[in-house]
Amino acid sequence: MFNASDLRKGLKIEIDGEPWIVTEFDFCKPGKGQALYRCRLKHMLNGNGMDRTFRSVDKIDKPDLMQKDMMYSYCDGVNYVFMDPETYEEVLVGSDVIGDQSHFLIEEANCEVLFYREKPVEVTLPTFIEKEIVETEPGARGDTATNVTKPAKLDDGYEIQVPLFVNQGDVVKIDTRTGQYSERVSKA
Amino acid sequence: MLTRSIRGFFHERHFLEIDTPVRLPAPALEDYIDAEPAGPWYLRTSPELHMKRLLVAGYERIFQIGPCFRQGERGRLHLPEFTMLEWYRAWSDYRGMLSDTMDLLRHLDRTLNGGSGCEFGGGTVDVQSEWQELTVDEAFAEFADGVSAGEAIAEGTFESVLVDRIEPHLGHGRPTILKDYPVAMAALARPKEDDAGRAERWELYIGGLELANAYSELTDATEQRRRFEATAELRRREGRDVYPLDVPFLEALEHGMPPSGGIALGVDRLAMVFAGADRIDDVVAFAP
Repeated sequence: MFNASDLRKGLKIEIDGEPWIVTEFDFCKPGKGQALYRCRLKHMLNGNGMDRTFRSVDKIDKPDLMQKDMMYSYCDGVNYVFMDPETYEEVLVGSDVIGDQSHFLIEEANCEVLFYREKPVEVTLPTFIEKEIVETEPGARGDTATNVTKPAKLDDGYEIQVPLFVNQGDVVKIDTRTGQYSERVSKA
Repeated sequence: MLTRSIRGFFHERHFLEIDTPVRLPAPALEDYIDAEPAGPWYLRTSPELHMKRLLVAGYERIFQIGPCFRQGERGRLHLPEFTMLEWYRAWSDYRGMLSDTMDLLRHLDRTLNGGSGCEFGGGTVDVQSEWQELTVDEAFAEFADGVSAGEAIAEGTFESVLVDRIEPHLGHGRPTILKDYPVAMAALARPKEDDAGRAERWELYIGGLELANAYSELTDATEQRRRFEATAELRRREGRDVYPLDVPFLEALEHGMPPSGGIALGVDRLAMVFAGADRIDDVVAFAP
């Protein structure tokens, strides 16, 4: 159980059997009185928002969360398969959990999989991944006043914006947290 | 500028500026204020107990500006280490402290704002004109949807009603004095003569922000000891640290403290009001 004084932004808690994460937090204490901990919460599975105020005497449940380091194996068309590198145990993660991160999955990449009550609910990819630009127009020099980036496609057709000097066949580094180009790693 | 003006105000009125220990063996026993341990002793949560011993020693007008430390208090309006102004007058009471406070705020307003008021809490707060005075019971009657102060204390909701329903209405346009708290919420204050359940305590609000806490000081040594012991028992029951009783303080009270008024004011929060700042971090040089 957490004490109310443990509350902070980013803490994961359980209320009435549901997992919530604290997105905003305000400590209030009228002089000489008990402290109040006012939280804005986001439901970890369905994204719903809620406000809740806790008093200093309150105890809060800890959600049954577990984080595991796993390797991405492949996609079987419906689910994404991750493997525990020590036990070789396989876990299927649905496309609803992976979301847009599917474009940045690389075979054998080391990811963190978060389990709530033993079901995968969130996957954290390595912060940076490298992917080849499979299709892009050559950048037109002299056009930097208006366009500093141009569209480029990855192997699955996903499009990102890259600087004009990046060419088809180049390998670029992508920040998986933002989905954006970070730097060029090698030229074609 | 702010502390210079504050010091000027008190020096002009012949108050003695005094520094009392920051690290002490017996922090004031309060229900919900926790002291930071400092080796086998503690950092003070307020200079109050030493200031009162000075009143017993015959110093009749004293003030102190200095750091106070409270464990676990950090938020938009709280710092675990903050600057407090406390002043005390022998042969006075909470009404005398109100008179001082009005004079002080008006002096600061003239010096720092040219007398035009403070832009804070979503509007201008006119400090020069008459301040609003409201008792805690009146405030509950007006804003607490039928819950009385006594009921809220019994249910453990006094703080949330105060913070959510009452405080937002206080101190807009002009400062508000919220006064005559239930005795349970005023451990170091004297009870009212005509109402034993209410204490001579008031709090100053500007723009919805609580700035200062004033008392007619409790001088009855037996009653003070009883209250400290009740607090110790509550803290023990709720699993929080119980501090030693401040015996020299209780002995000083037994020796005899003149009826006095005392007040504690948050200087950082006062700076927020004069600077129009939203967060306490914005008015201090370094914040954890």
